[in-house]
Amino acid sequence: MERVPVLKIGTTLFVSIQIDLQDESVVRLQEDLADELSATGARGVIIDITAVEIVDSFIGRMLATIGSISRLFDAETVLVGMRPAVAITLTELGLSLRGVRTALNAEKGLALLNGSA
Amino acid sequence: MDVDNTQVRMTAYMRDHQDKVVGRWSELVAVGLRGRSSAAELRHELDDLYTLLLRAMSGADEQAVGELRATLAEMSRSRARNGFTPTQTALGVFALKDALYELIADAAELVPEYLAFSRMIDDLGLHTFETYAAAREQIIADQADAMLELSTPVMKLWEGVIAVPLVGTLDSARTQLVMEKLLETLVATGAEHAVLDITGVPTVDTEVAQHLLKTVSAARLLGTDCIVSGIRPQVAQTIVSLGIEFGDIATKATLADALAYALERGGQHIEKRNSGLPQQGPA
Repeated sequence: MERVPVLKIGTTLFVSIQIDLQDESVVRLQEDLADELSATGARGVIIDITAVEIVDSFIGRMLATIGSISRLFDAETVLVGMRPAVAITLTELGLSLRGVRTALNAEKGLALLNGSA
Repeated sequence: MDVDNTQVRMTAYMRDHQDKVVGRWSELVAVGLRGRSSAAELRHELDDLYTLLLRAMSGADEQAVGELRATLAEMSRSRARNGFTPTQTALGVFALKDALYELIADAAELVPEYLAFSRMIDDLGLHTFETYAAAREQIIADQADAMLELSTPVMKLWEGVIAVPLVGTLDSARTQLVMEKLLETLVATGAEHAVLDITGVPTVDTEVAQHLLKTVSAARLLGTDCIVSGIRPQVAQTIVSLGIEFGDIATKATLADALAYALERGGQHIEKRNSGLPQQGPA
C-alpha cells in the first residue's frame, strides 16, 4: 500500500496527494495526520489534491472527516488545488465538504491559514 | 423492353422540345417563388437540371442518376437555408410535370409515357423534400448549439472577480456547461470571487435554484466565493414563496452591488474623489 507523507512546515502540516487514492491509503493518511497533529500541535493542515483526478463518495467523506478531526486539535484544514471535474463530481454526490475550507492553490491556502491565525 | 421503349420515346420528345419545356417550367417555378430568384438565374439552374434529367432518362449514363439526385439535394438545401417554404422547394420539381403536360396534351399517343415519367418526377420530388427537411433540422441543431455557446460567457470584472451573466432558462444541460466553464476560468485566472448574475433568467423555480446552488457549491470547493446578483422583485417573491433557501450565499440586487461587495471582501476600498477632476480646465 502506498503512503501519503505528512510534512511539517512551521505550524502547518502539508499533505500532497500524488497517487491514485485507494480507500486504505486515505484511512492510513487520516491516522498519520491525527498522530502528527497531536504530536506537533500544528494549527493548520493543507491538503493538496492537484494531482487527484478521480474521487468517490468514500474519499469525499474521508476528506470531510479529516477536517473534523483537525478541528478537534484546533487546527484548520484547507483543501487546495481541486480540479473542476472533481468539484463537479463531489457536488453531484451531494458532498459540499462544509467543515473544510478550500483554496485554488497551495499559495492561497497558506495565505488563508495565516490570515485567519 | 416496353418500358425502355416508352422511356426512349419520351426522352426523344423531351430533348426535341427542351427550349419550350424549360421555358414554361421556369415560368411556373418563378410564379411560385414570387420573384425571390431572378428569371435568368432560374432558367440557367433548371436548364442544367433538365439536361441532367435527360441524361439520367436515356439510361446510357450510369452516373447521371446519382448526379441528378445530388444536384437536387444541393438545390433544396440552399432553398432551406435561404428560408424558402417546403411548397416552393417541392414545386421546383413538380412544376416540370405541369409544363410538360401542357405540351403533351396535343400528342395523345405519349400519355402512357407521360405516366411513367410522372412517377419518376414524384420520386425525385420526394427526394427533394426529404433533403429539405434534413437541411432544416440541421439548421435547427446548429442554432441550438450556437445559442448554448452564446448564452454562457464568463468574464473578468476586476482582478480576482469574474462574472457569469446567465441568460435564459437554466436547465441541466445549461447548468453543466456554465459550471464547467466557470470552474475552468476559476482555475485559469485564480479568481477568489465569482458573481452569478441572473438578471436574464426569466423565472426561478425550485429546479433552477437547485442548479444555482450546485454551481455555487462546486465553485466553493475550488475555494471561490459566489455571489448571486440580479434578483428582480418578482423573482425574490417567488423564491420566498417557494421556500427556497440560499443559505449563506451572498445575494445582491444588482451586478454593481455584487462587485462592490466582492471588492470589499477582497480587501479593496472604493472611494469617491471629492476634488474636481484635473481636466476641468483652466478658468
